[in-house]
Amino acid sequence: MKLDLEHGVVEMAHGGGGRAMAKLIETIFLGNFDNPLLAQHNDQACFSMQAGRVAMTTDSYVIQPLFFPGGDIGSLAVHGTVNDLAMSGAVPLYLSAGFILEEGLPLGDLAQIARSMAAAAREAGVFIVTGDTKVVEKGKGDGVFINTAGIGVIPDGVAPSGERARPGDAILVSGTLGDHGVAVMSKRENLAFEVDILSDAQALNGLVAAMVAKVPDIHVLRDPTRGGLAATLNEIARQAKVGMELDERAIPIKGAVRAACEFLGLDPLNVANEGKLVAICAGDQAERLLAVMRAHPKGADSAIIGRVTQDADCFVTLKTAFGGTRMVDWLTGEQLPRIC
Amino acid sequence: MKYIDEYRDGDLAKGLASAIAREAKPDCRYHFMEFCGGHTHAIFRYGIQDLLPSNVRMIHGPGCPVCVLPMGRIDGAIHLAKQPGVILASYGDMLRVPGGGRESLLKAKALGADVRMIYSPSDAVALAKAHPDREVVFFAIGFETTTPPTALAIRQAHREGLSNFSVYCNHVLTPSAISSILEAPSVRDLGTVPLDGFIGPAHVSTVIGSQPYDYFAEEYRRPVVIAGFEPLDVLQAILMLIRQVNEGRFEVENEFTRAVTKEGNMKAKTLVAETFEMKRSFEWRGLGLVPYSALAIKRQWAQFDAEARFIVPEFKTEDHKACACGAILRGLKTPADCSLFATACTPEHPIGSCMVSAEGACAAYYTYGRQRRKS
Amino acid sequence: MCLAMPARVVEMRDDDQAVVELDGVRKEISVALIEAPRVGDYVIVHVGYALSRLDPEEAAKTLALFAEMQAAGAAA
Repeated sequence: MKLDLEHGVVEMAHGGGGRAMAKLIETIFLGNFDNPLLAQHNDQACFSMQAGRVAMTTDSYVIQPLFFPGGDIGSLAVHGTVNDLAMSGAVPLYLSAGFILEEGLPLGDLAQIARSMAAAAREAGVFIVTGDTKVVEKGKGDGVFINTAGIGVIPDGVAPSGERARPGDAILVSGTLGDHGVAVMSKRENLAFEVDILSDAQALNGLVAAMVAKVPDIHVLRDPTRGGLAATLNEIARQAKVGMELDERAIPIKGAVRAACEFLGLDPLNVANEGKLVAICAGDQAERLLAVMRAHPKGADSAIIGRVTQDADCFVTLKTAFGGTRMVDWLTGEQLPRIC
Repeated sequence: MKYIDEYRDGDLAKGLASAIAREAKPDCRYHFMEFCGGHTHAIFRYGIQDLLPSNVRMIHGPGCPVCVLPMGRIDGAIHLAKQPGVILASYGDMLRVPGGGRESLLKAKALGADVRMIYSPSDAVALAKAHPDREVVFFAIGFETTTPPTALAIRQAHREGLSNFSVYCNHVLTPSAISSILEAPSVRDLGTVPLDGFIGPAHVSTVIGSQPYDYFAEEYRRPVVIAGFEPLDVLQAILMLIRQVNEGRFEVENEFTRAVTKEGNMKAKTLVAETFEMKRSFEWRGLGLVPYSALAIKRQWAQFDAEARFIVPEFKTEDHKACACGAILRGLKTPADCSLFATACTPEHPIGSCMVSAEGACAAYYTYGRQRRKS
Repeated sequence: MCLAMPARVVEMRDDDQAVVELDGVRKEISVALIEAPRVGDYVIVHVGYALSRLDPEEAAKTLALFAEMQAAGAAA
């Protein structure tokens, strides 16, 4: 019995614990994720860790469409968890992967998702060492949901954390904002517009490693995913009980992303990113950090976008390119396109 | 972005700001109302107030169709969404707005109603085509800008012989609302309206033209400048209003000549006139009943009128007693004067109409201008 | 307000449909409300419909007016 990757679909039996499930795991997952720890075929991966601080994280991925320009749910599930580890300054090592498959999902799609997970893991230098598969009835899932957890080790002297932002610190971003959100929205059936923007989904651990090697005392690192830069900066401001002042002219945003946001009535600062980071460091380290970031291929468009201020209200404000000042606030509710 | 970025230029803004500072007489006050939420949004989003002298004050009018829709009409839409077999389609803006029972269409969707977000009225027609066994109700809202597309959707449904498409019509008219601000009986209770001029709607005026405003300028002896929604357009309109006030003129001037003519879009106006008729009166949230301020679908198109096809009960909801929206919309109070602002009333839990959509005076102030309270 | 933006007509299609472009974003809209739309026209787009045509000469005049103000401001 061979899996029909061309015409076959996920069936309830693929989660039933029998031969069909073994075949699915073997063909689609073991084949793609191949590594010595996974190859032991145990219900857990056993390994030794070097001494020091360890970072651990988990995240679940639900996205429509499953395939979007510049990535898919599989690569996203690797990049997202690798980045959550990297934002502690950690070197990511191992991931787990849990799949909830909806009956009827084409096996070819699943194989494609597994292949891109494997490629993303290889590129990031991490191993998917343990996993799980469940199948739910048609209508009870959205094709596929993926959960990945990850573990990594943090180098000595590196301790970025949200509450460490201090007045006078500089705020940097590693590139253009809003690419991922716009790329995904462009493929939603009820919004359908065409744009040559790819999701920025990528693993940032290499960039972080280069950054902490040159500037070990980065106060804060965070990836501005859902809610965009606005949500991330407001979170940090509240954690550290500080304010922030941004310069609109310094914030890198692609023309097509701005244009798409005009059409949809959205603020690019609220739009999701999956391959960008925000770094906050002492003001006198900012130029040095910027140079390191720009020298790395994943940080070529990095910019210093503002500074941390003293503010009991924890307001994030923006000096507009027009010459005025406004607040940069959290998004209200779900991000929905507006007509007015 | 051509025809957008040029009108957002910070250097040109400085020039306009210094012209305004020079021409606004220090001993005069200039209170101008921007009717449209689009202008309100631009004022806050670009921080235009920072460029104005302190005696030039902007008052944020009721020009956001989402904000002014009474909660009872939202309850009507929720009622329709819960009817068996119905798919209710509307714009993203409408889905979050709570009705009288604090329920929104998004919440109704979470509880099982089939509510779809659409970008365009034609998407609602497409839904009806794709689901012949379901009743698709398009919850239509908006000013004169959004009405012609709704009219076209009705025509399209008719042309394609769709018998399962209808429109829950909530289209409202701007000139009647401006009149109401200037002369409604409630103004007597709230005090005199301290308005020295109006910035007229941008996109509404592309459809209706500049002509309908002539009446205000004459009848109420107030200058009107129709302006685009970009920040330089707004600054230029303010300058034009200051000049009219200084010279004692009250004319209709058009800053948005690149898109607005005197007559407007005849094709769109004819289509609207053939599809809709005036309602005797319609309730505006924050303004109360406003005569001849909304449109209903003409009898000949009744098969596409959701209120003719379904029984939609009338839901009545009183606004919160402490809510100052009525006074804010008339320029008598600012959002920060309201005791509910940013405490009980926030964009997540709007109590009054001005907090309902990003365009509302309170929501724009909350989202973009909260830092001003300190200074 | 009514969220709308100017975009350039890049392709005419059947049934009063057209493709407009704004800085790399392309979208199919209806031009049924416009008299004799043509490729190259700038139109103001709202909820998937072109509401009016943008007049390039008037647009330039308004910009010239802004520039005049700026020059006057700089001179003052």
